[in-house]
Amino acid sequence: MIQLSEVSKTFPVRQKTGRLRRGRTLVTAVDKIGFEVSPGEFVGYLGPNGAGKSTTIKMLTGILSPSSGRVRVAGLDPSRRRTELALRLGVVFGQRTTLWWDLPLRDSFALIRHLYKVDQRRFAARLAELTELLDLGPFLGTPVRQLSLGQRMRGDLTAALLHSPALLVLDEPTIGLDVVSKATVREFLARINAEEGTTVLLTTHDLGDIERLCRRVMVIDHGRVAFDGTLDELRATAPADRTLIVDLAGDGVLAGLPDGVRLVRREGPRSWLAVPPDVSAASVVADVARACDVADIALREPDIEDVVTRLYRGSPAPA
Amino acid sequence: MVYALVGWLSFRRHSAYLAASIGATVSNTFFGFLRAYILIAVWKYKPDLGGYDVLDAITFSFLTQALIGPVQIFGGLDLAQRVRTGDVAIDLHRPADLQAWWLADDLGRAAHAFLSRGFAPLAAGWLVFGIVLPGPAQGAAFLLSLLLAVLVGFGMRYLVALAVFWIHDARGVEAIIRSCALFLSGMLMPLVAFPGAVGAVVQALPWAALIQVPADVYLGKRQGWDLLAAYAFQAGWALALLLLGRALTRAAHRRLVIQGG
Repeated sequence: MIQLSEVSKTFPVRQKTGRLRRGRTLVTAVDKIGFEVSPGEFVGYLGPNGAGKSTTIKMLTGILSPSSGRVRVAGLDPSRRRTELALRLGVVFGQRTTLWWDLPLRDSFALIRHLYKVDQRRFAARLAELTELLDLGPFLGTPVRQLSLGQRMRGDLTAALLHSPALLVLDEPTIGLDVVSKATVREFLARINAEEGTTVLLTTHDLGDIERLCRRVMVIDHGRVAFDGTLDELRATAPADRTLIVDLAGDGVLAGLPDGVRLVRREGPRSWLAVPPDVSAASVVADVARACDVADIALREPDIEDVVTRLYRGSPAPA
Repeated sequence: MVYALVGWLSFRRHSAYLAASIGATVSNTFFGFLRAYILIAVWKYKPDLGGYDVLDAITFSFLTQALIGPVQIFGGLDLAQRVRTGDVAIDLHRPADLQAWWLADDLGRAAHAFLSRGFAPLAAGWLVFGIVLPGPAQGAAFLLSLLLAVLVGFGMRYLVALAVFWIHDARGVEAIIRSCALFLSGMLMPLVAFPGAVGAVVQALPWAALIQVPADVYLGKRQGWDLLAAYAFQAGWALALLLLGRALTRAAHRRLVIQGG
């Protein structure tokens, strides 16, 4: 569905170098990246701000052409056959909208029907289906400017899917949404992927999106692919410390910490210990229990957030 | 079909702002009086300046106030703002021609502006001064000239909007274009009143096609072959600007920097 090989994108950026002089420097947004996405996959595309995510997406949709390398989406060269590709592709830019601001949602959909040449009967059926899945019914006739962000995003998702594209590209679709709206959007995306076989490429800063939806994760940093694999592999690649939380009984003093285990924080009787991946948590628990009087003990696995933070920084983060 | 619908949606989009339309209409009408009185004073001193009599001059004032909206002489195109904020990414992704899309949008806007803001200044001028009202044939001739003026206006504003791909902010250019529009279109003083060579130059520039030429057609100053010459002048500029816009669109696609990530 998507093939990128050795793709780079550089932008000239003008900067003031003197009182009047301006210099031009080349900024490499994407640096020789390569990956493939097969039909039906649900891929998370992660990276810190400025890592090159949006640039990649714009190259995939044909808005930007790569400075070098080869891009193929649905078998087409996006920048050369942008219009043709648009008919097979749905795109949602989370921070922008394709809907007509001052007009009812329904009008934007009618225009999209003509734009994407969907025949009337298929359009009616598809709209009814999406209206039900995303619960658009109550606000189809409301001007877009009066919609909440969550409603607008559901409208934008519908707009991207009315022509039943084989590939859906989402650029931060859950940005700014509350918990309930996020859940609705996620559930919908999972369903579209599972039931219709729509290939989905999702960029997000919300790791909840990734954990809930993506079987495969790519992490891009400084314009390069820093990781490409499953969520479990991602956890394993950048192992993070687990946290052992120990409550001591009475005024006991924590003792018996094995080598490598550090005391991170302490509040009254409670202590937080960082347990590195190569140390068995069971042995730490046993050692601590032997050395002092323990009232309670809990172990917290590193969450994906910690893992990704480490990956972004490229070195083990202090716990 | 798509573009017709874009035009229609644009028409409806602009009708969402009733208060803005009323405000603009009141202001256009008010300035019609202001300009009429200034021209009355000038024509008292020079009664047949540029081949206009004083009633032509008064009519010119109110008519050109009615043209401000549809020709959008002092405004830019929403596209400029969209390039600046990066929302143009949405426009570029659509399976549609960028220029045709925005032309359709602008025609919808112009139609709305003409219907909502065009009649009040003329009605006020007719009630107070008994300005010239055209017959059906003259009116039709004027509407065609107005359509061409809108195309020329769009052609210019589209170029300014696309310039934002290179200069990152259109406000400076828009200010310059606005000043040009004010002086060179006839909005400040009918171009027929400009003397000699200066008059010839300003009447050959594209801004003349926006205000002066439609006004002359309305006043019946251009008849027969001369009317065709007026249309040809407007159509020529429209074509040139639209073709330049096409070339610039292609160049913009090549050197695209989407702003704002």
